[in-house]
Amino acid sequence: MKLGFLVDLNLCMGCKGCEIACKVENDVPLSSWRLRVKYIDIGTFPDTSRSFTPLRCNHCENAPCERICPVSALHYLENGIVNVDSHRCIGCAGCMMACPYGAIYMDPETNTADKCTYCAHRIESGMMPACVVVCPVEANIFGDVEDDHSHISQYIMAHQGGVQVRKPEKHTDPKHYYVGGGTYTLDPLAHQRLEGHNLFTNITHLKHNGDPHHGVLDRFLAPFTSHGTHDNKSFMNFDNIHEQEGGH
Amino acid sequence: MVEHTINATQAVVTLDVALPGIIWGWMITLNMWAKSIGTGVVFVAAYLLYRHKKDAMPNLRWAMPVISFIFLNIFLLFTLTDLHQPYRMLNIFLHPHWTSAITVGAWMASLFTLLITILMVIGLADQFTEYFKRGCRVAPVKSLMSFAGKNSGTYEKIFPFVVFLAVPVTAYTAIIMAESSARELWQAPTEVMQMMWAALMAGSAALILVSGSWSQEARKDLALILSVAVFFSFAMYMGEYFFSFKSSEAEATLAYVHAGGAYNVEFWFGMTLGFIAPFFLATSTMKNDNVTLLRFAAILALVGLYLAKDVWLKIPQMLPLS
Repeated sequence: MKLGFLVDLNLCMGCKGCEIACKVENDVPLSSWRLRVKYIDIGTFPDTSRSFTPLRCNHCENAPCERICPVSALHYLENGIVNVDSHRCIGCAGCMMACPYGAIYMDPETNTADKCTYCAHRIESGMMPACVVVCPVEANIFGDVEDDHSHISQYIMAHQGGVQVRKPEKHTDPKHYYVGGGTYTLDPLAHQRLEGHNLFTNITHLKHNGDPHHGVLDRFLAPFTSHGTHDNKSFMNFDNIHEQEGGH
Repeated sequence: MVEHTINATQAVVTLDVALPGIIWGWMITLNMWAKSIGTGVVFVAAYLLYRHKKDAMPNLRWAMPVISFIFLNIFLLFTLTDLHQPYRMLNIFLHPHWTSAITVGAWMASLFTLLITILMVIGLADQFTEYFKRGCRVAPVKSLMSFAGKNSGTYEKIFPFVVFLAVPVTAYTAIIMAESSARELWQAPTEVMQMMWAALMAGSAALILVSGSWSQEARKDLALILSVAVFFSFAMYMGEYFFSFKSSEAEATLAYVHAGGAYNVEFWFGMTLGFIAPFFLATSTMKNDNVTLLRFAAILALVGLYLAKDVWLKIPQMLPLS
């Protein structure tokens, strides 16, 4: 069994329902995302169109994050899912440097690496991932890619030639496919990111990696002191000046 | 890219989440820089001990492991400090994952530091015998130094192994970078050689600073090693800077330097200060043995190396990955 995902971008309408369902199902903290939907505007006014691309972990068969993890916190499950053991993670961020898809984040609450697990806990109970269940247009298709009769396999067969993966040149053998995508949606270098020009906010780069209230000394003192609860207001500061260094 | 060149295919991200900024920052730069000194002094000392009599470098036997010990500990401290869960560092030893260069490197660096510590204790025991016999009032230190002094020959027995181990300890960071497959700029075989040249550069520079009492010939060799190391390291940086492997990701990464701005200034400041200037200064001292000028070249090389490593570490992290 090899579980995989397929997103039909022709169907996706950018409602972000999957993004929210994922957040709720997995208690993903503010400033972090396991699944996100990116809007890209193509063309020049008035001849423009907007595309929506859901992005999540690709659960690669040859996963660079699993290879670089020094303590096997990132590991394969028998069904092909690349899972995370947050209790073992040392927070070295090696996986964040290795993942070519930028799918891993440092959880600001646990200060450990985390990412989409295809809702492994739900799969174990015979349920579908939260993002699949919530999608109003069934753009998210999930199943066993090694089973020729599964819905995902049938879908791939039906769209032969039109099925793509992100960054195939990285030889990661991703198990996350797209139908209806193009270079401009799947290649992050094929579209521009204009600093400070986003639809709703001007935050383009995070200022922190992990918990912003957890400095170097706190990391050492944490086991001996209680770490206060924060209201995370800093995440909601929309006047936040965007990261000076980043972005294209 | 064609997508940017004509109006019909212009594509702009209009809604996305905030992306991570620099993940591995100055602590990792400092980590790599300190390791270059920690292993580099071993290489350079091995060459000098092969080439010259011990009398020509009277303090080398103890100063080399002391320098190495200090900088290896800086390297280990910042490796630990950069972890978000520093106490779980223990997991690298309890649950090692051997495909990871981080794991292999941590094991090798720990063993290397242990061996350097032994060399340092023996070196200090031999050099300051009288002090540890009569002046030292701390009993455990006194007995340790007495024991080390009695086993002085162990130094020469383990030193060849330390030199051999210094090679993978120097190079493993390049393998971590190679495993960081999201950062294409680091995916070059040149990274291994860059690490080796950095070690020779940092090692010779560090030893120059303690070579005041050495023979002119030994110091001349140090100047030669520094000159050769900065020359080849500079040549490799230039190759990577101008040719950029013709990969779109590497080119986009280097655009952060090519396009001007803070990283451009830091890179060229580092190249001029740490590579071009030390080359001419060090070669000029080879004939007239100007110790002050050579020390100045060594300090510049150490500063420039830090700047160059800092730029190379940070720019690939600014590229959006998805």
